[in-house]
Amino acid sequence: MKTLLAALFAALLAAPLAATAAEGYRLDRSPHDPRDLVSLQSGARIYMNYCLGCHSLQFMRYEGLKEIGLSEAQIKDNLMFTAEKVGEPIKIASNPKEAKSWFGVAPPDLSVVARSRGADWLYTYLRTFYRDPKTATGWNNAVFPNVGMPHALWSLQGQRALELVEPKEGHGPVQYKWSEVSRGTQAAAEYDATVRDLVNFLVYVGEPAGVDRRPIGIVVLFALGVLFVLTYLLKKEYWRDVK
Amino acid sequence: MAIAVWKWIDTRFPTLGSEWRKHASEYYAPKNFNFWYFFGSLALLVLGVQILSGIFLTMNYKPDANLAFGSVEYIMRDVPGGWIIRYIHSTGASAFFIVVYLHMFRALLYGSHKEPRELVWIFGVLIYLTLMGEAFFGYLLPWGQMSYWGAQVIVNLFGTIPFIGPDLALWIRGDYVVSDATLNRFFALHVIALPLVLLGLVVAHLLALHDVGSNNPDGVDAKKMKDADGRYLDAIPFHPYYTVKDLVGSVVFVAIFCFVMFFLPEMGGYFLEYNNFIPADPLKTPPHIAPVWYFTPYYSILRAVPPLFHSQFPGVLAMGVAVLILFFLPWLDRAPVKSIRYRGALYKGWLAAFVVAFLVLGYLGTEPTTVWGQFGFDAFFLDTKERATWVARLFSIVYFLFFFLMPWYTVRDKVKPLPERVVWH
Repeated sequence: MKTLLAALFAALLAAPLAATAAEGYRLDRSPHDPRDLVSLQSGARIYMNYCLGCHSLQFMRYEGLKEIGLSEAQIKDNLMFTAEKVGEPIKIASNPKEAKSWFGVAPPDLSVVARSRGADWLYTYLRTFYRDPKTATGWNNAVFPNVGMPHALWSLQGQRALELVEPKEGHGPVQYKWSEVSRGTQAAAEYDATVRDLVNFLVYVGEPAGVDRRPIGIVVLFALGVLFVLTYLLKKEYWRDVK
Repeated sequence: MAIAVWKWIDTRFPTLGSEWRKHASEYYAPKNFNFWYFFGSLALLVLGVQILSGIFLTMNYKPDANLAFGSVEYIMRDVPGGWIIRYIHSTGASAFFIVVYLHMFRALLYGSHKEPRELVWIFGVLIYLTLMGEAFFGYLLPWGQMSYWGAQVIVNLFGTIPFIGPDLALWIRGDYVVSDATLNRFFALHVIALPLVLLGLVVAHLLALHDVGSNNPDGVDAKKMKDADGRYLDAIPFHPYYTVKDLVGSVVFVAIFCFVMFFLPEMGGYFLEYNNFIPADPLKTPPHIAPVWYFTPYYSILRAVPPLFHSQFPGVLAMGVAVLILFFLPWLDRAPVKSIRYRGALYKGWLAAFVVAFLVLGYLGTEPTTVWGQFGFDAFFLDTKERATWVARLFSIVYFLFFFLMPWYTVRDKVKPLPERVVWH
């Protein structure tokens, strides 16, 4: 019986671990921190300046940016490019039909992209664009091959080229060799920090409740711990006479 | 004062008091219930939680193909406390199946399906089937990619039934593809039709149980012996003894539930699938469609059976048999004892094999069939080259043999002598 339980438990633990093995470009771990308000605000600024031209955040309202420490005036003056009132959702002006003819696909809404793709994917994706003369936009991506989007942040990162080197013995992973074509306005470390802020912001937008969730959870679990002690003592008291 | 009020009610509505005595304060349950006996009351708790949280979700959800996905995000962001309600409901769905699977496993451990509790078991299997329907209809409602394509796959299963299949699938969907019409009817089935059936079956399950009395980990009659005063030696009133005990169990369960809800609401993609955060797109089939974890053992069986004459029907049939065979368990199990404590190595071995098979099939069902790669060679007897498919076939056979061979191995098993009374330390 005991061994059976132990085996069950081990199997349950092992399943998600086994599920993480995947093929393709190895994802970097995203260093985002949802409690870092400065980073969230910087991410919001980058999003509004570089992404909002094509990608809406239609389930989020401008008002929601107050939660990351911005005042209504700051939102109105610096970030609100596509709406009249702060209560409005973050939509875009461009027409999805036209956008589809430009890029092959209409740029998706990114409200919950951090939940479908994951932070690590976004963090790696935004840092692995390269010049590719074979595509329509002249850009390609190591994580998302033949992506429709050109590198929106290229002026910051600069242009890079990628060479895939097949492994010598015919097995093992493909090697990725990056080289610089032209310099951007940011150094590599600086650009990584920019992407980190942007990903941080997208993770926040994906689940604004995620910030409150954990502290509330700790209080709830503490209260349940107290309740457990009380109910356990009650049970012991009642069961004293069961012989 | 309270006594006076109670007397006033009792003279006008004595049923209240007599039912309370029949089902709680004078319902005698064996005193030796262990860990496995928490899951019945926990299932009832989760049912209540799901109904309550569901009512609040319904107040803000819109069953419309254009609005459904957005209304869920509206609940998550703009409705005060909406995210808590939504996570309660999504975590509750998985918790329901965990609790019910453990509750069913308890029956396999201690022979709770055996005479005289066959009807209790059958009502239980009906609850399980209804719950599967309830979960399936509910999963379409968020209108994400997995909702949409999962529903498409499962409705198409009915489409494989010979002769009536295509018309049946059309009748279920109400359209030629999963669409707004499908969403609307699934909403109706999810919020009222199946919950009503579920509640009725739960009442029947409990009434049937209270008529024959509860089994226990020793599988011997706990109400056989009385002391000199005519009190049961081994059975105690459900209230207050088991109400206070189940209260402790409930607090522990709610704590685990809250831990998941507040810290891991997606549970690594098992409770909320990542692809379901992409709005449903009828023109874009995801490369890998996996049902939610609680259906995956059966999904694995479905995929493991090779098609016959280009029809997937044999797989669908195997999947159906895998679930429906549960109804026959009380008659397949012919052992003279109930509890695993007094059964022999044969039953223990088969039960362990069954549990391993169920878990492995469940895991494989969440993954593409190529998960473990392919065989490095071609052979005439391997029509599929995926290793995982062959493992799934092996364990599907184990799953079925557990049931099909049961009439033989339970009779041949060497059982231990039963004790006079329940074992109590």
